[in-house]
Amino acid sequence: MTPFTTLTGVAVPLRAANVDTDQIIPARFLKTIKRTGLGRHLFADLRRDPDFVLNRPEYAGAQILIAGENVGCGSSREHASWALIDYGIRCVIAPSFADIFQNNALKNGVLPVALPAAACEALTADAELGPNARLHVDLERQIVVRPNGEAFPFAIDPLRREMLLEGLDDIGVTLRHVPAIEAFEARRPAWGL
Amino acid sequence: MMPRTLYDKLFDAHVVDTLPDGTAVLYIDRHLVHEVTSPQAFEGLRAAGRRVRRPDLTFAVPDHNVPTTGRGEPVAEPKSALQLATLEENVREFGVPYIPLTDERQGIVHVVGPEQGLSLPGLTIVCGDSHTSTHGAFGALAFGIGTSEVEHVLATQTLLQRRAKTMRVTCRGCLRPGVSAKDLALAIIARIGTAGATGHALEYAGEAVEALNMAGRMTLCNLAIEAGARAGMIAPDETTFAYCRGRPYAPKGADWDAAVAYWRTLPSDPDAAFDRELEIDAAAVRPMVTWGTSPEAAVPINGAAPDPASVPDEVTAAQIRRALDYMGLAPGQRLADTPVDAVFIGSCTNARIEDIREAARVARGRRVADGVRALVVPGSGLVKRQAEEEGLARILTQAGFEWRDAGCSMCLGMNPDKLGPGQRCASTSNRNFEGRQGPGGRTHLVSPALAAAAAVAGRFVDPAELEDAA
Ligand code: SF4
Repeated sequence: MTPFTTLTGVAVPLRAANVDTDQIIPARFLKTIKRTGLGRHLFADLRRDPDFVLNRPEYAGAQILIAGENVGCGSSREHASWALIDYGIRCVIAPSFADIFQNNALKNGVLPVALPAAACEALTADAELGPNARLHVDLERQIVVRPNGEAFPFAIDPLRREMLLEGLDDIGVTLRHVPAIEAFEARRPAWGL
Repeated sequence: MMPRTLYDKLFDAHVVDTLPDGTAVLYIDRHLVHEVTSPQAFEGLRAAGRRVRRPDLTFAVPDHNVPTTGRGEPVAEPKSALQLATLEENVREFGVPYIPLTDERQGIVHVVGPEQGLSLPGLTIVCGDSHTSTHGAFGALAFGIGTSEVEHVLATQTLLQRRAKTMRVTCRGCLRPGVSAKDLALAIIARIGTAGATGHALEYAGEAVEALNMAGRMTLCNLAIEAGARAGMIAPDETTFAYCRGRPYAPKGADWDAAVAYWRTLPSDPDAAFDRELEIDAAAVRPMVTWGTSPEAAVPINGAAPDPASVPDEVTAAQIRRALDYMGLAPGQRLADTPVDAVFIGSCTNARIEDIREAARVARGRRVADGVRALVVPGSGLVKRQAEEEGLARILTQAGFEWRDAGCSMCLGMNPDKLGPGQRCASTSNRNFEGRQGPGGRTHLVSPALAAAAAVAGRFVDPAELEDAA
């Protein structure tokens, strides 16, 4: 996993709540056996509308996405995170996230930042000013900084923060616990538990 | 000892170790695998030189993009064929038990697990599919995971998990005749919203839940994820034990007795505290139908779509307008009598034998309306055979329904069964998102009885009224 420390970049304002993973990447693009190359299908159906925000030239190369409540609800498809990262989005800012999406994002080096609705609104307004209004995300200090310098602090699970900062994967962390896993298996009844 | 909830007991029993920040390394008893969310996980294992830690606790079956006709013939769609072939290669290389497409036991992973006795009380069960919550109906801790987590479970037989908050939905009273678990589930989501249980493990309780058979309980838990819950669950009881007994992978003999004795200790202690509690008057629930593009947009069949003009909050009004526009409904339009183009009876929500019996009961002696395409897709090959033996398949085909092979089918439009743009479908599945059943398709979530009634009437109708008219 690529470490995430800080990021300064253009943000795409989505102005929609309940952006489900079917919208992020429609089911017909799940027929792949690789993790890469999905960026071109990000929001495929919405992008058929030439006016859709992601199609506007000023948001080319955006690294941040700002949306309404409950981002990533619906299907558990991790392809949503792969599509985001492959497209170049490293951070999603919203008032709230669906659980599975949030987990998947973290595991793939996409930082989900939950901020109060008013802060999201301010950042959306900034983002709507176009590519000169760059946002700054600092994971070490846990803040998002507006172009005018105002900083919004955000919370993140400390373990997740450390793993993102160091680019550590979960399996590596868990394999340190193999003796405990073996001990658990030894006392687990054969019929399951 | 502190009184504990069912969730607490299941969680505590599987903690292998605890990280300094409190995250648990949680043991996984059953890992169900299908073709869509696993290729990249096996790819990751191979790249890292890792093996599957417990192939004996892992089970694979193809379901999501399998065609539901011409079983036994090669899969025509090249990308689907590649995913299926990749799964077969992976299970062979890593020694994972596998039910192939040509096996009668093949079907939707959430139908197959319970049917084979893989889903049992007290277990932790995961699968790379959000509707894994279905298996919580057995009093198991069952939840969907992403592909990185699939890889994590394959490599370690554990997951890193934080304890969820708990929420109990107590359904008081009894469901009225003609009202199903699906209607109850939609009524709960309509009440609390699609994010209503986010971060919570949801336990369903109360007389109406206790009275449900396992199929109904699975439908209810299946839809827990649509309320945002991490998991849905129901305390195991005699109904659960009777269902599990004698299934291929269920414990036998002395093991069975030991297992049942343990399972009886699982229900939430009487004075256990939940982080949130909600009561539902089950007797007040009516047959439900969704009007919008989110499962929470559900109303009773004799209800109407909302009128955005009467909604003061502009953001909500705009969302309603957009959903109505997509669904091709007028503000305030009554759902009953709205014509349908297609009917889909299937999916892990409603494709068990009980669901097919319900559909056949309504369809018996009637005809699918002209111009309506109606599909019945059994949840597994075993459900299919049983329905054929019970004469249900004949009733349905004589009425003009298409009778298919098992798979996810039109639940998600990944296989050839899809809606065309603008087509309106009464569907027993679980998601009515834009484009879910095919680009531009319009999905209304309903129970099997209501779907069958829509098929024969050519429009939405309360199945009870259909019977009065006959
Ligand atoms: S039937 Fe639908 S919801 Fe269920 S597993 Fe298949 S695609 Fe997912």
